[in-house]
Amino acid sequence: MARILQLTLNGRARTDAITENVLLLDYLREVVGLTGTKTGCDGGECGACTVLVDDQPRLSCLMLAALADGRRVDTVESLVSDGRLSAVQRGFHEKLGSQCGYCTPGFVMASAGLLRRNPRPSEDEIREALGSNICRCTGYVKIIEAVQYAAQLHAAGASP
Amino acid sequence: MNEVLPAHNIGDYVPLVDGPEKVSGRAKYTADFIAPGMLAGRIFRSPYSHAEILEVDVSEALKLPGVKAIVTGADCDKGFGVLPIARSEHPLARDRVRYCGEPVAAVAALDDVTAREAVRRIKLKARELPAYHTAKAALAPDAVELHERRPKNIERDVFFEIGDVQAAFAASDLVREANYNCAEVCQNQMEMHAAVADYDAERDRITVHASTQVPYYVHLMLAQILDMDMSRIRVIKPHVGGGFGCRTETLNVELIAALLARKASGCVRIVVNREETFITHRGRPETDIRLKIGMRKDGRITGVECEAIMRGGAHSGYGIVTILYAGSMLYAIYDLHNVKYVGKRVLTNTPPCGAFRGHGTVDVRFAFESLLDAMARELDLDPFAVRRVNLLPPPPTFTDNDLMVNSYGLPECLDWVERESGWKNRKGRQRGNGHVRKGFGMACSHYISGASKPVNWTGEPHATVKLKLDFDGSIVLLTGAAEIGQGSSTVLVQSVAEVLGLDLSRVRIVTGDSDVVPKDNGSYSSRVTFLVGNAAIDAANNLKAVLIAAAARKLDAKPGEIECLGELYRAGAQDKGLTFNEVVVEALKDTGTITVTGNYSTIPESHGGKKYRGAAIGGTMGYSYSAQVVEVSVDDETGVVTVDKVWVAHDCGKALNRLSVEGQVQGSVWMGMGQAMSEEVAYYDGLMLTANMLDYRVPTIQDSPPIEVGIVESNDPHGPFGAKEAGEGSLAAFLPALTNAIADATGLRFNDLPVTSDRVFAALEKRARGTARNNNGG
Repeated sequence: MARILQLTLNGRARTDAITENVLLLDYLREVVGLTGTKTGCDGGECGACTVLVDDQPRLSCLMLAALADGRRVDTVESLVSDGRLSAVQRGFHEKLGSQCGYCTPGFVMASAGLLRRNPRPSEDEIREALGSNICRCTGYVKIIEAVQYAAQLHAAGASP
Repeated sequence: MNEVLPAHNIGDYVPLVDGPEKVSGRAKYTADFIAPGMLAGRIFRSPYSHAEILEVDVSEALKLPGVKAIVTGADCDKGFGVLPIARSEHPLARDRVRYCGEPVAAVAALDDVTAREAVRRIKLKARELPAYHTAKAALAPDAVELHERRPKNIERDVFFEIGDVQAAFAASDLVREANYNCAEVCQNQMEMHAAVADYDAERDRITVHASTQVPYYVHLMLAQILDMDMSRIRVIKPHVGGGFGCRTETLNVELIAALLARKASGCVRIVVNREETFITHRGRPETDIRLKIGMRKDGRITGVECEAIMRGGAHSGYGIVTILYAGSMLYAIYDLHNVKYVGKRVLTNTPPCGAFRGHGTVDVRFAFESLLDAMARELDLDPFAVRRVNLLPPPPTFTDNDLMVNSYGLPECLDWVERESGWKNRKGRQRGNGHVRKGFGMACSHYISGASKPVNWTGEPHATVKLKLDFDGSIVLLTGAAEIGQGSSTVLVQSVAEVLGLDLSRVRIVTGDSDVVPKDNGSYSSRVTFLVGNAAIDAANNLKAVLIAAAARKLDAKPGEIECLGELYRAGAQDKGLTFNEVVVEALKDTGTITVTGNYSTIPESHGGKKYRGAAIGGTMGYSYSAQVVEVSVDDETGVVTVDKVWVAHDCGKALNRLSVEGQVQGSVWMGMGQAMSEEVAYYDGLMLTANMLDYRVPTIQDSPPIEVGIVESNDPHGPFGAKEAGEGSLAAFLPALTNAIADATGLRFNDLPVTSDRVFAALEKRARGTARNNNGG
C-alpha cells in the first residue's frame, strides 16, 4: 500500500508517495537519492545509517519512513553550509576520525546530535554517545579526538 | 625580494586528500551507484555444507513477472581464484556445493522484492555428502575429498628444516613446548559486498563497479569467467569501505553481477547483506599451532620447531600463500638459526579463508611471543632482555631462509615502549583495587612492505605511475593503486609534490578506473607506499627533468644550472627566474600535453630463496617492526578483562604522513584486540552462528583503550624517502602482549583465542576450586 509522506528533509519541505513498509534508510537512499547515509548491517547492529530526527540521533534502518511524517530529518548531506564543512566534519577530516569513510556519516550525525544537546561533552560522554556506532578502521582513538576538536570549533562559533 | 622555497610535506600531519568527500557523504561506494532502470540482483545460496548438485530448478522463478535473467553453474564452466595454480572456485557452484552459503544461482529482476521472491522459488535438488567442519575431520583417512587433485583434503603441505633443530634443543638450558588455538576471525569491513555490472549489448562491452582492493585481478577474472577479451572490460573501483584483506581477491559477487548483466543485457546491482558478507568471508583461518623453543639461560634462542594446521575452508583462495607465510615469517624478526616448520593447509566445508590483515603471520606470532614470555618468566629474565639478546645482526643482513633485511628499528621500538610505559616501574603500579588485578605484558611483531614477487608474474615493473601536466598547470597523478581508506592516494600525492617542491594542492589524483589509470596489482600485503610510492617518486623526477630542460632553454642556461624551487625555476640565485606556470608553457611547446611514467621494480636479492618449495613467500623490500606494551585489569570475580592502555612503537622506516601512520597503527592494534578478546567465527554443523555484528563481537568505542603511538624511523635505504609499511605490522603483537599481561596479572596463561571473559572466568573458577580442594584435602 502506498501513502503520502510529508517531512522536512535537510531543511526542505518534501512530499513523496511511499510504500508503507519502506524503511527510512531505503527511502533516503533509494527514493530520494541521498546516498550519504550508509547501510552497514541487517538492522541496528552498526550505526552507519544514523540520521537526526528532530535533532535526535536515530537508526534509519530501524525506523519506517512513514514514521517520519511531519518531522524534521537531517542527514549527513545537510551539514555542509555555504560549501564549507561543519565543525564535526572538519574534526573527522582533520584529525583522521575517518579512514575508509563508510561508517563516517553515522559517526558524524551521532556526534552532531551530541554537540547539539551537549556542546562540551566529556570523553566519557563522547564514548557513550557513540557507543552504538562501529568503526573498523580507526580503533576510535582519533574519533574521540575528532569530536573533542569539533567541540572546540563549535565553541568558537562553528555550527556542529 | 621574498625568498621562494620549495614546499615540503613529508613527515607532516596531512589529512586525507579524499577526506572532505567522506565526511560530507559525497563519497560514492559501489552500492551508491543507483541508476534508473537498473536491475536488482539476488543470490540463491546452498543450504548444505557439502552436497552433490542433482538439479537447480529455476522454472518457477522464471515464471515470475519482472524476472529478467537467472544464472546458475550451467552458465559458466570457468574456475576462478587468485593463485594461477589454484583456481578451484566457480562463481556459481557446479556439480557440488562445498560450504553452506556458497552461491548456486542468481536472479536479476526489475526490483528487489521481485528478485527476493524469485530466489525463494528456486529449488536445489542435491545429494548430501559427508561434511567436514574441522581440519581434523577433513584429514581423517576415510574422508571424502572436496576437490580433485587435492589428495587427503590437503591444499598444501609445507616442510622445511634449516639447521639442526634436535642438536639445538640438546644444547639448550630450557626447552618448552605448547599448543595454541586461534579461532577463525574475519574482516567484517563496514561496507558489505556489492557490485554493479553494466553490459552494453550493442558494443559487447561491460563495465563493472567493484568494491575491491585489486581491480586488476578482478579485470583478469572477469575476462576469464565471461570468456571476453580484456579490452572489452572496464573495471571501476569507487570508494571502498574497508578491506583488511577480504577484497584482495576477486569475489563471486562481482563475477555473478557480470554474468547476470550480460544475460539480462542490462545493468545489475547486487548488494549483499551483512549475513551474506559474513558467510562468504575471506578471513583468517582457525589455526592450531604446536610450538617448541629451545633457549639458553641468558634467553638466547637455540632452535625452533613449529607446526601449523589451518582450517582453510572450501576453496583454495590464498591458502598456499597463507601457510607459507606462517613458516617463512618465523624469521626476519629475531636471529634464528635452527628452525623446523611443518604447515598444513586443509580444505574443509566452511567458507574459504583469505588474506586477513597480517596475512599468515599473526597466529604464529601469537604463539611465538607467548612461549618466549613463559620461558622468560621461567628463567627469571625480563621479557625485554629476551628480545634484546635475540636481535638480528645490524643490517644489511640475510636470514637463514634468504630474506633480505636492510633496516631494523626493532631495538628502538623496544626502547620506546619500555620507556614510555614505565615498564621498569610497573611492579609498583601492579597492585589492583580489591578484586581487580593489574598486569603488564609486552610482545613484538613485524610485516612485509609488499611481496617482492607478485602473484601474477608478467615481467612488467612492479609498479607504474603516470603524471599528466597540461596548460592549466595542474599535475594529475594517475595510478591503479586502490585507495581503500588506508591513505594511499594521499601518500602518492605527497610523494609527487615533495619531489617537485610544490604545494599538495597542485597535484590531483585519479585512481580506480581501468580506462584511465595504469595497471596496478592492488592494495594488499602493504605494498602501495613502498612500491607505488617509489614509482611516484620516479615519475615526479622524470617530470622535473622535463621542466628543468624547458626552463634551461628559456633561460638560456644548462639544465645542470637550473635550480628548482617548486613554484620558481631559476639559473642561479641572482636570476629572477621563471614561475612554475611559465615553465609549463615553455615545456608544452615540445610535445603539447606532458605525460611521464614512473616505474619501480623490486631487486632480485629481495625475492627470497630456493631452500624449500615456496621460499619466495616472505620476501620483501623492507620489513616493518613493532613492539607493544599492554596494561590490563582483570576482575577476579567476573573474569572481565579491561585493556587500560596500549603503548606501541612501529618502525615504518620514515613516516611520510604522521597522521596516517598513527591512524594505521592504532587501527592495527585495535583489530588485534578484537581477535584477541572477542572475535570468533563460530559454526554449528557448518551453519555460521555469528553472521551478524552482535554475535561477531568487535570492540565498541566503550571497550577501546587509549593507544599511544611511537614512530620509529629506521630510514630504509630502498624505501620511498626511507619509508616502509605502517598498516599491518602492529596487529600481531597485541595478541601475545595481552595474554602476557593477563598472565602477569593472574598467573594464568591463555593459549586459546579469543580470551573472552567467559574463558577467563572459567579458568579462575577452576583454579579456585583446585586451590580449595588442595586446602581441604591437603
